Amino acid sequence: MAHFKKAKNLNEWMDQRLAVNTLKRVMQSEYWIPKNINFLWAMGMVLAATFGILIVSGIFLLMYYIPDTKQAFDSVNYTIMTEVGYGWLWRHIHGIGASLVFLIIYIHMFTGIYYGSYKRGRELIWLSGMLLFVLFSAEAFSGYMLPWGQMSYWAGMVITSLFEGFSPDLMGGALNAPGLVEWIRGDYVPGQAFLGRFFMLHVFLLPLVIIAVIVLHFGTLRIPHVNNQDGEDIDYEESAALWKAGRKKESKIIPFSPVFLSKDLFVMGVYFTLFFYLVFYNFSFAMDPVNFDPADGLKTPAHIYPEWYFLWSYEILRPFPKDLGLLAFIFAQGIFFALPFLDRSPVVAPANRRGLFHIWFWVLLIDVIILTFMGKLPPEGIWNDIGFWAAIVFFALWIALPIITILESKKVGGK
Amino acid sequence: MKELKIFAVVAAFSLILYWGVEPFAHSQMHKHVDGHGLVYDGKADTDEVKTKLKELSEEPKKLKEIISELEKKLVENKDINKTEVEEMIKSSKAKLAKIPEEIAKNNKLLTKKKDFWAEVHKITKLKGNPTVGEGGYAMCMGCHMEGAPNMGGAIPPPLDHAGAIYDKNYLIALIKDPAMAMNTDHKFADTMMHPMGSVKSMFVDGQAIADVVAYIAKEKAKEPTPKIAYQEACMRCHANRYGKLTQLGEIPKFKTDIMTGHSIAEYDYKKKVAQEQVLVSAYMGKLPPDLSIIYRARSESFLETLMENPQSQLAGTAMPRVGLNKQGMEKVMTYLQQTGDPSKPKREALGPWVIGFFIIFTILAFLWKQAHWRDLH
Repeated sequence: MAHFKKAKNLNEWMDQRLAVNTLKRVMQSEYWIPKNINFLWAMGMVLAATFGILIVSGIFLLMYYIPDTKQAFDSVNYTIMTEVGYGWLWRHIHGIGASLVFLIIYIHMFTGIYYGSYKRGRELIWLSGMLLFVLFSAEAFSGYMLPWGQMSYWAGMVITSLFEGFSPDLMGGALNAPGLVEWIRGDYVPGQAFLGRFFMLHVFLLPLVIIAVIVLHFGTLRIPHVNNQDGEDIDYEESAALWKAGRKKESKIIPFSPVFLSKDLFVMGVYFTLFFYLVFYNFSFAMDPVNFDPADGLKTPAHIYPEWYFLWSYEILRPFPKDLGLLAFIFAQGIFFALPFLDRSPVVAPANRRGLFHIWFWVLLIDVIILTFMGKLPPEGIWNDIGFWAAIVFFALWIALPIITILESKKVGGK
Repeated sequence: MKELKIFAVVAAFSLILYWGVEPFAHSQMHKHVDGHGLVYDGKADTDEVKTKLKELSEEPKKLKEIISELEKKLVENKDINKTEVEEMIKSSKAKLAKIPEEIAKNNKLLTKKKDFWAEVHKITKLKGNPTVGEGGYAMCMGCHMEGAPNMGGAIPPPLDHAGAIYDKNYLIALIKDPAMAMNTDHKFADTMMHPMGSVKSMFVDGQAIADVVAYIAKEKAKEPTPKIAYQEACMRCHANRYGKLTQLGEIPKFKTDIMTGHSIAEYDYKKKVAQEQVLVSAYMGKLPPDLSIIYRARSESFLETLMENPQSQLAGTAMPRVGLNKQGMEKVMTYLQQTGDPSKPKREALGPWVIGFFIIFTILAFLWKQAHWRDLH
């Protein structure tokens, strides 16, 4: 059993019992971050802060929201927006946060792709990050059901119907799941059972899992360390010794707190200035007008489209016939997970130093943006053709990735 | 500086993304409708018929092409459903044969509308006498009275501020022929009479119409509150539950029996509302939507052009033209905003403070960052 001396102060008292000094060292003052980084490295903390804001605003909304198909719409649009003090503010924060969290996730993802931060021991960082992306998608979708407006209802109808699987005449119906959609909905169409379970998922199960996976995501960073702007393999022990000796200029690393954090806070300041500009003055992109019509199972809206962050994968599904479209959709959802294994090159460097991969990166980014545009436009005429070809380019890119990275690998090996 | 360049790239892509999914996508999804500046001279109505006639004149060419293509298929292809194609040819030919009749019908309609609005124009030139008009107004009160029952579809709305919120030309047209003025004559063409149709027999000559409109413009022109404007112009069809309005009016307060928790008066009221809604929906084809939060569901320009001429936004709709003037439109829109987006003034009051806070936060954070990073390189 440990021996406890009388503590001289509170810090010592805490340290005896919780090893707070060790914790501080491990988590802050000697948690090393490369010095050679830019503001894109702050996106992780920006995401954590946004998630925190979503939880806080969500708690306030949860106090007044009623998960009942007859009352949900008015509990959001009347009670929260009119009767609850600052209810409108919390709702707008929650809506803007849900939209911006995806913008930052995409920036975070494409930063990782650009700098090759998914290789050389960092595969689990990528995989846990992608898992978070999927969980955030589920969280966003389930939350979108709750106001029970027209778009909640019809998006819920369309997306859950994907689970009926492939058509019954394909492979003798082996990939068809009769009854699965009804099981998921708890009814033939979205109704009370549907709203109740999506409410539970949104406010309890999914946030719980997200928090656990965020911890895992942080954990996966610890051993391989964060990448840097040049993909340089840093000797952390040497650099740490230099820093501790006060030779800050020579050291290639900085402690998480306060040095890295001071930059994070500045980036967050810029981000939250924009965030609250949107909350007060420009929010309709995050709160679709169609969803201010109450859910009506007898009246299909003229245009059904998901929120902007799902548009690219929605567009990959849309130009194809049913079975092919579903296959394409599954491919689009899953393929980003495989990135660390499809990239066959050992080179960890920013894309602009990687030849063909540089082109691959920008084509992928622009293609995803084009898919996003087409996903919202009505599926007619030229939009259909552009969407179809952008989807084809998307598949071609992922088929090309192993080839161009094997070529790169050979070039490096022969040097 | 390299970081600023990276920031410029990220910001540019984010803005392009925003442009594509918001302004551009919405411009493609919703057709743009020009308003006619709250001028009610029938031009929009006759233009509609002219557009229809133009479409009809192009129709035969299109149909003939379809028919010849189908006939070619019939000759060339063997693996097609012959009876189906023959059916299609037959129906296309039938459509083609009907076009001259359709054109004649629409030409007649065009003349009718032109004549109607020309006569309205003539009446607008007459000088109305409000004193004489008072007698005519008494006839209006036969239906537009307090506590009026549903008459042929809706409860006649009060006219206490009609002179303040409705356009004068529109009122003249309305008294002359309600269905034509409201641009819902397609609905009443052959089968039924407009519930207000009897007004045509009450005011037979132009001078009588001019007099009663002059009376309304003079005596019923007190500026209404936004809520009253909504009650007079919209509420007989559109409830507004956030504004506590039903088709019957403002929802009264009810006393609940403390022993049982029941409120018989409330049940009675709810029953009356239900009965009224059944009548309105039978008349309109469906229950006109509650407008509590329509302000956030539709754009302002949609709502304004819809009220000005419903056919321009929803072709074939049973909704009548409202005929609001500038003041009336402003009042109604204000009310829709009050119930649909009540936090707007609060947002505008709080916004600068929160954003100001974060600007100061950003400056302080920048200084703190500089203090730590200054001696790193």
